[in-house]
Amino acid sequence: MSRLEIDSPSRADIVIEGLYKDLERRIESSPPGLCPVDMARAFLELCHAQTCGKCVPCRIGLGQLNHLIKDVLDGKATMETLEVMEETAVSIMESADCAIGYEAANMVYKGLIGYRDDYIEHIERGRCICTYSQPVPCVSLCPARVDIPGYIALVRDGRYADAIRLIRKDNPFPTTCGFICEHPCEARCRRNMVDDAINIRGLKRVAADFAGEVDPPACADSTGKKVAVLGGGPCGLSAAYYLQLMGHQTTVFEMLPKLGGMLRYGIPNYRLPKERLDDDINSILKTGVEVKYGVKVGTDITIQEIQKEYDAVLIAVGASTDKKLGLDGENAEGVLPAVEFLRDVGMNHIMDLTGKEVAVIGGGNVSMDAVRTAKRLGAKKVSIVYRRRIADMTALYDEIEGAVAEGIEMQTLKAPASIDVDENNHVKGIYVTPQMVSAIKEGRASIRPTGEEDIYIPCDVLIVAIGQNIETKHFEDAGVPVARGKIVTTSTGAFKDMPGVFAGGDSASGPATVIKAIAGAKVVAANIDEYLGYHHIITSDVEVPVPNLDDRTPCGRVNLTEREAGIRVCDFEGVENCMTEKEAKQEANRCLRCDHFGYGIFKGGREKLW
Amino acid sequence: MVNLIIDGKQISVKENTTIMEAADQNGITIPSLCYLKGINEIAACRVCVVELEGKERLITACNNVAEEGMIVYTNSPKVRNHRRNTVELLLSQHDCLCVTCMRSGNCSLQKIANDLDILEIPFKKELEHQPWNKKFPLIRDSAKCIKCMRCIQVCDKVQGLNIWDLEGTGSRTTVNVAGHKTIEESDCSLCGQCITHCPVGALRERSDTGKVWKALADKDKIVVAQVAPAVRAAWGEQIGLAPEDATIGKIMDALKRMGVDYVFDTVFSADLTIMEEGHEFVQRFTSGELKNRPMFTSCCPGWIRFVKSQFPQLVRYLSTAKSPQQMFGAAMKTYFAKELGVSPDKIFTISVMPCVAKKAEREMELFYEEYAGHDVDVVVTTRELVKMIRSAHIRPDTLEDIESDRPMQGGTGAGVIFGATGGVMEAALRSAYYIIKKENPPVDAFKAVRSQGFNENNGVQEAEFAIDDITVRTAVVSGLGNTRALLNKIESGEVHYDFVEVMACPGGCVGGGGQPIHDGQELAFERGKNLYYLDENMELRFSHENPDVLKMYEDFFEKPNSHKAHMLLHTEHVE
Repeated sequence: MSRLEIDSPSRADIVIEGLYKDLERRIESSPPGLCPVDMARAFLELCHAQTCGKCVPCRIGLGQLNHLIKDVLDGKATMETLEVMEETAVSIMESADCAIGYEAANMVYKGLIGYRDDYIEHIERGRCICTYSQPVPCVSLCPARVDIPGYIALVRDGRYADAIRLIRKDNPFPTTCGFICEHPCEARCRRNMVDDAINIRGLKRVAADFAGEVDPPACADSTGKKVAVLGGGPCGLSAAYYLQLMGHQTTVFEMLPKLGGMLRYGIPNYRLPKERLDDDINSILKTGVEVKYGVKVGTDITIQEIQKEYDAVLIAVGASTDKKLGLDGENAEGVLPAVEFLRDVGMNHIMDLTGKEVAVIGGGNVSMDAVRTAKRLGAKKVSIVYRRRIADMTALYDEIEGAVAEGIEMQTLKAPASIDVDENNHVKGIYVTPQMVSAIKEGRASIRPTGEEDIYIPCDVLIVAIGQNIETKHFEDAGVPVARGKIVTTSTGAFKDMPGVFAGGDSASGPATVIKAIAGAKVVAANIDEYLGYHHIITSDVEVPVPNLDDRTPCGRVNLTEREAGIRVCDFEGVENCMTEKEAKQEANRCLRCDHFGYGIFKGGREKLW
Repeated sequence: MVNLIIDGKQISVKENTTIMEAADQNGITIPSLCYLKGINEIAACRVCVVELEGKERLITACNNVAEEGMIVYTNSPKVRNHRRNTVELLLSQHDCLCVTCMRSGNCSLQKIANDLDILEIPFKKELEHQPWNKKFPLIRDSAKCIKCMRCIQVCDKVQGLNIWDLEGTGSRTTVNVAGHKTIEESDCSLCGQCITHCPVGALRERSDTGKVWKALADKDKIVVAQVAPAVRAAWGEQIGLAPEDATIGKIMDALKRMGVDYVFDTVFSADLTIMEEGHEFVQRFTSGELKNRPMFTSCCPGWIRFVKSQFPQLVRYLSTAKSPQQMFGAAMKTYFAKELGVSPDKIFTISVMPCVAKKAEREMELFYEEYAGHDVDVVVTTRELVKMIRSAHIRPDTLEDIESDRPMQGGTGAGVIFGATGGVMEAALRSAYYIIKKENPPVDAFKAVRSQGFNENNGVQEAEFAIDDITVRTAVVSGLGNTRALLNKIESGEVHYDFVEVMACPGGCVGGGGQPIHDGQELAFERGKNLYYLDENMELRFSHENPDVLKMYEDFFEKPNSHKAHMLLHTEHVE
């Protein structure tokens, strides 16, 4: 006789487990703009199916809530229905026995509060205020609205130069973005419903790597107008590129010896090789953009002087100063702001860290850049000191993983308390207060001290990477509105009382991503053009191939591989390997072509010009 | 060229040909519902699915191109099953009470369901009922809508007004007036192009035939009808008469047999319009009033509604002349009533129009001595006329050509071509020349304003004419999307004209929203040719030679643009 049995899942269990995974991916790629009332109904039905049936509030109450939501959707409800719903939801929340019941009711309750307007519109007007407005998920989520299905189809056909031309319609930094874009486009890729998101950034990298040199399109006839662009970062250069294409003579004022801003002086070479950045910059300069190097606005020239000489001025100075910890000893030797540390390396002012211990405070992408750079400069031990958990870090997952692979220590749940300085005013180490994870506040786990004693982390160099600021003083003095350390523009990038002056990039948005800076550049370029009295159109004559009609059988996503960690830490050469052509073709073939299939063919599938 | 096999037939087509077009060129018509070439190629209805050899998923023929080596089946068991299933699904959400549907017998869904021999619907019936104001000239029945999106696309891409849009998301997604407005609140021009492009009966004009029958039954009413020029070019299509047999005289006969007391041809008041508008143009042109902006024609009510909502700043450049419909109505209740020696109250005026917007235009008020009412009492479309003839069980082959009644009988070729894009302009120029030079031009002198094909050159026909040392720059445009583009150019100073004719419907009134419907076909250009043919064969070709118009001036209105003419034949367009 046997007393116990090994459980083996039934066929149904296996299938349903698979379906749960399918549903997870489906929810992840849920298109934006759906009616929240209808979604609440759908979620509630799922929740109700999960009930075990033991307890009254969950077994019956969730079903009744569902009837009430349906009444709202069917135009059979009154404002009283909302009251009944709210009372019922609260009752279930407070009386259900387990989370299956009370969390389901909580979802309904949150919606009743959070999107009450939608409920009321359904009740009072019998109509829904939502419409499906974002047909192609990747394009909708790309701040610059790059024609992603278009260039993926071109890569599939091996038309790499055309892919670059098409990307440049919306983004003059195809190579740069192929290396370092944060790819928000991939987040809701519909392919996720089949298997996994398309490796969009990887395919852009393929286009950039295989295209060779691609000349920019011809500029429109000269308008005789002159535009000054303050700052040669991604926003300034993108705006200069489009303005030059529109026929306006553009001059970029750059305080540093070379162009690129944070792309050159913030992002390390191993992530974005400088010669590849130059590919983009050279193409931009080919349009005839003029550059004045080593000129700092506010020091070497005033904005008033520039305004006199130019028909329009764009402020795109970026976020080039650092945020302070606010601890004593922060000015000691060996304590460096990350921006300055990375800039020095970018300028080839190499610091030898051989045998040294380096600590970096912060959990963002800049922090990862700093630790991995320190490692490459020969440091014996490099640590990240972070108040929260790895899961709470704002850095991209791949960057964290890369750092860990390169031997970076992760000192998490440690809040900097004080800086220890030796008699020569040189940093010796840092005291940190141990933290424990605590309640979720606004969707993020908060922390609180554990009550244990502070821990000492010795270090020879302490790098602070807790955020950047914008040097706003000169602009503020000149009358540019500034609030909370940012230049405050209208949504068009202009100012109410300063005609002809515009702002974009980090200096207007606060520190953000390259692609957001480029998106901002499109906005200001278009509005400067209008301000100057023109209506130039930016477009591309590249014909996008028709979609392939193959069945969409599930196929894994091609991820980019990296050079071996132990070898790559010895140099500053690029870390990531490009796909092979064969891989690229397979990956591009996975694209579902939402511009052609689905809502995209009806509305908003392709914006051919702006 | 691309080589492929469709249904076992080896064929060869040009590159970038869709599978549907490739099949069609080779004698295979793939059924479809939502597809409208160039306007709605969105593969929504899934009726045109075909099977590609080696692929599991079916693809749509309407918007995928034929590729080299493709092997396509348009009628395989799989295709048949899925197509049938899709149509059954559509029927589950369609009000299938065909007997009370205006489109019964001319419905693409009905046809395909019949063709597929669908005799039962296996699904639960789910009809959507949106509220609608049944008094509005345009009526939408949500229970019949199959969400093909054609109305949205026609209004958006052809008419540029975006009156319709999708509303809601998910399973409750539906079509409704855009921006959460009601149709009355919207900027709808009432062109009716959404009606003529609807594959089913979800969109229609308000039926006013009941009002006509009621008036005919009223012994105290003298019922007077007018029939617009474009009606003659299309009514035969729906009643089974060839174009050469479907004459205006037979419409007159039909109306009389239904009980109408007096029948008139709107061609008469088209000539009258030319007299008024022609003189107005010459006066405004020579006074220098048109230096910055042209004078615009005012006979199309869809255009008038459009300009008022979209370009209110241009309203003052409209001709003040009423449309031929309204002028005729005014003449019927004044001049004609006087001739009959009856009070205007006794006269009930009916118009047969190719147009839905005319139903709203008639709301315009008329004041004449003691009379306060309307120029026109009821407007029926060409389609409603045909229904009336059928309901009066008049056999078309028994209809005879009869003349319209006196004293407003005469008509010229210039009035006939009002129904085609460019016709008003050509007619006006023929008479403007005479007004300036006191002699007739060669009758074909202004042919350059005629359209060269349906929507050719984006519906715009520009021309320039020298009359002595005067140069008149003209433009003719049809279709409101085309109109918007042209007006933007005028506003930006890119182009300048002295006189512009606008017709809301592509191709002019012959393509009007009240005309017979032929799913997927644009017949405006062909119908227009019919009108130009009639013009060529008319005895009189110049509006200013219409003897009955001249007599009416002599007996009643004195002269064009006289005080009396202004009171009765002109109107003030208010922004």
